[in-house]
Amino acid sequence: MASLESETWPQDIYQVLVENRVRQIAYIPDIGHASLIKMCHKSDNMKTVVLTTEEEGVALLAGAWLGGDRGVLLMQSSGVGNCINMLSLTRVCRMPLLILVTMRGEWGEFNPWQVPMGRNSNQVLTAAGVLTFVVNHKDRIKETVKAAARMAFEGPAATAVLISQRILGAKTFGR
Amino acid sequence: MNPERSKSYPLRRRAVVKELLAKRGDALVVAGLGAAAWDVTAAGDAPLNFPLWGAMGGAVPLGLGLALAQPSRRVLVITGDGEMLMGLGSLATVATQHPPNLAIVVLDNERYGETGMQLTHTAGGVDLAAIASASGIPICNTVSDKKSFKSALPQIQKEVGPLFFNIKVRAENLPLVLPPKDGAYLKDRFRFALLGADTIT
Repeated sequence: MASLESETWPQDIYQVLVENRVRQIAYIPDIGHASLIKMCHKSDNMKTVVLTTEEEGVALLAGAWLGGDRGVLLMQSSGVGNCINMLSLTRVCRMPLLILVTMRGEWGEFNPWQVPMGRNSNQVLTAAGVLTFVVNHKDRIKETVKAAARMAFEGPAATAVLISQRILGAKTFGR
Repeated sequence: MNPERSKSYPLRRRAVVKELLAKRGDALVVAGLGAAAWDVTAAGDAPLNFPLWGAMGGAVPLGLGLALAQPSRRVLVITGDGEMLMGLGSLATVATQHPPNLAIVVLDNERYGETGMQLTHTAGGVDLAAIASASGIPICNTVSDKKSFKSALPQIQKEVGPLFFNIKVRAENLPLVLPPKDGAYLKDRFRFALLGADTIT
């Protein structure tokens, strides 16, 4: 597997965000989102907001939408559970929400503490009313993010793209 | 915990909010769930009010997203101590973003008002203004009487923020004044009033 630094799919996601006129980038970082976050920080048209917990991002982007800004929420799978009650805001108010989740605890995971959320992110998001898109191959990331963005902003709906650990590679801490 | 003291605080929440909103101009108002939303509605329901009926802990980050999207408009978040306690981390996020147009007001009666008036952490001495200040919000204060409220009022309405005022209000059960509860309606009327008809999807 190529190192994440040399991958081009984060650039593809960035492109989709630009095309969708996404302005607020809310995130709790994950190594899988590192390059994308860097690109967003450099953009003059994007406001990056680092959060203390992922649910803050759900509320932040609801406020953004009320004010006319489109947003995206970046997180790793461990953050999905933190969002559940706050997602009622998106759902009851029928607001758009685009979430991009990089998966941990799902494929060849070294750290068992990541597995409970990693293995259940899809069901949990689905139960909360979020439309999920699982992507297992890097060549499919761009079209999937595009589809999810379209359904989020044209819906309006809450959508989440789950980017598999197969693409990201599992952390091993050298073991 | 001190169960008695907030019963005799001189400031009354409905009068405080009425005065806060009397000269709101074109301010955008977010109200946290429960009593704060009823107070804002008692002062007059309006399309540019966004009262929450849930999403506890979300009032401040929602106000932040709105303030970032609308930098030329004053954004006023009015919420309760229980709601604020659930989203303390968002004060750190506000400080980091530093929106000059965001004012946060907590109506602190030291109780969870909707669930039987149980004491919150602020009854035990937790100082929300100190937390906001330590988070890096430049203007933070606690207001406990009419005189200090009078001097805080123009700051809350106009001073360059972000700013945070914790207003100690009397613990009291008041008649419910409920805003509309259909979230999609609240959202659409807000966007219609702020952004115009063609932004409604």
